[in-house]
Amino acid sequence: MSWNRKHLLDIQSMSREEILTVLDTARGFKAVGERAIKKVPALRGKTVVNLFVEPSTRTRISFELAAQRLTADIVNFTAESSSLKKGETLKDTARNLEALNADIIIIRHSASGAPHFLARFLHASVVNAGDGAHEHPTQALLDLFTIRERKGKIEGLNVTILGDILYSRVARSNIWGLLKLGAKVTLCGPSTLVPRVFEEMGCRVTHNIDEAIADADIIHLLRIQHERQRKTMFPSIGEYTKLFSINQERFERTKPEALIMHPGPINRGVEIESQIADGNRSVILEQVTNGLAVRMAVLYLVSGGKPHDIAA
Amino acid sequence: MPESLLILQPQAMRRALSRIAHEIAEQNEQSHEVGILGIQRGGVHLAQRLARDLGVIWGHAVPVGTLDVGMHRDDLSQKAPPEILPTTIPFDVNGKTVVIVDDVLFSGRTTRAALDSLNDFGRARRVQLVVLVDRGHRELPIKADFVGKYVTTTRAQRVDVRLSENGGEDAVYLETP
Repeated sequence: MSWNRKHLLDIQSMSREEILTVLDTARGFKAVGERAIKKVPALRGKTVVNLFVEPSTRTRISFELAAQRLTADIVNFTAESSSLKKGETLKDTARNLEALNADIIIIRHSASGAPHFLARFLHASVVNAGDGAHEHPTQALLDLFTIRERKGKIEGLNVTILGDILYSRVARSNIWGLLKLGAKVTLCGPSTLVPRVFEEMGCRVTHNIDEAIADADIIHLLRIQHERQRKTMFPSIGEYTKLFSINQERFERTKPEALIMHPGPINRGVEIESQIADGNRSVILEQVTNGLAVRMAVLYLVSGGKPHDIAA
Repeated sequence: MPESLLILQPQAMRRALSRIAHEIAEQNEQSHEVGILGIQRGGVHLAQRLARDLGVIWGHAVPVGTLDVGMHRDDLSQKAPPEILPTTIPFDVNGKTVVIVDDVLFSGRTTRAALDSLNDFGRARRVQLVVLVDRGHRELPIKADFVGKYVTTTRAQRVDVRLSENGGEDAVYLETP
C-alpha cells in the first residue's frame, strides 16, 4: 500500500502502485455500501466542498454520497447559484471556502489545470472531478476498478475506447491508467475525433470499428456530445451511428466475454443499442456503484496524516 | 543495542490458546449463541484456531469471521491512512455473544475501534475480548476477558507475534530497539 499524496489531480502523475492502492482501498469501501448501516466515521468532522463550476449531477451526487458515508460534512457550490456569477475569481472563491476551514475541495471546472492551480495555494486537499478536456481521474479509477473486479486483472487485456476521444477527459485519464497498468489500448472513432497523434501515447488508433472491437476484452463507449460535434465533427448523428455505434450485429461479432462500459449518461440508440446497454455484458450500472466506492477511497486517502508514520 | 527476546515458546503458545478456548467454553453455556471475529490483521488466524478448538469442545461448528477497524481508528488525521482489509461477519450479530480476538493488547484503542465497528452491524448481547498478549500501557479503560500471557514492557519495546500460518514458528518475541 503506498500513498503520500495530499491531492488527487490527475492519473498522468500517479504511479502504478498508487493506482493499485486506490483500487485496493476501494474494495473495502464497496463493502460498506452493502451493509445496513452504510456509514463509517473515517472522515468524521471533516468539511468537504463540492466546487462544481462546470455543472454535473452524477459525479457531484457520487462525491456527495461518498463524503456523507464517511461521516464528513458536505457543502455543494454550483456555478448557477453562486458568487462566480457576480464575477468573483476562482482564486477568491476557493480562498473564501478555505476560510470556512474546508478540508477537501472537489473541483470540476471547464478550464484544464484549474485543480492544479488551486492546489498550489490552498491548504485543503484538492480532488479533480474533471478539468476541461484534460483529466477526470476518479472516472478512470472507477473504470479500472470495474475492469479488475470483473476480469481479475488489467495487464494484457485489450481495451477499446470508442467515440469522441479528442474532447474527452474520461478518455485521457483512462488511457493513462490503462497503459500504466499494462493494458493494450485501441482508440476508434471518426478521424476528426480520433487523431493519430494519440499513437504517441502508446495507443493503437483505428477508424474501423470492426477491426477495433474484434479482439477487445473491454469495449469502452464514450458519449457523443450532439450539440457541439454535429455541427463540425461529423455530418450527422445517423452517419455516426451507422459507422461507429455498437448495434446488435456488431455486438455479436465481439468476443463472448467482452464487456461493455460507458461513463454515462448513455444516448440510447446512438452510441449503443438499448438491449445491449441493458444486457448482461454491460457493466454500466456497476460502474456507478463502483464510482461511489472509489470516491470514498480517494477522500479517505487524501485526508490521511503525514505519510512517514506507518499506522500500526 | 537492539535485542530480541523469546517470551512465548511454540508449545506454551499452543497451550495458552487451548486454555483460552476452554475458558471461553466455561463462560459461555449457550454455545450456539457465540460468534468469533478476528481483528485484522493480527487476530485473524488466532480467531480461526479458537473457532476450531471450540468446535471440538462443543461438538458443533462455531461461526468465525474478520473485523477490520481501519475506518474507525482515532488517529486517522495523524498517521498515513491504514490499509483497509476485509470485514466478513458470517453470522447475525444481534443478540449474540461476540468474541473478538486480537494478538496484542496495548493502548486499547484498537479494541475501542473494534467495538465501534461492530456496533454498526447490530446489537450484540455482549462482547468478550481475547488477546494472546497483554503488554500493559492502557490509554483507555479497556481490559481483556481472556489473556494468553501478561508481559511487562516499556513503551519503546515491540511485541512481535509470529504464527505458523504466516510461515515460520508459533512464537512471541519482545523486541527492544
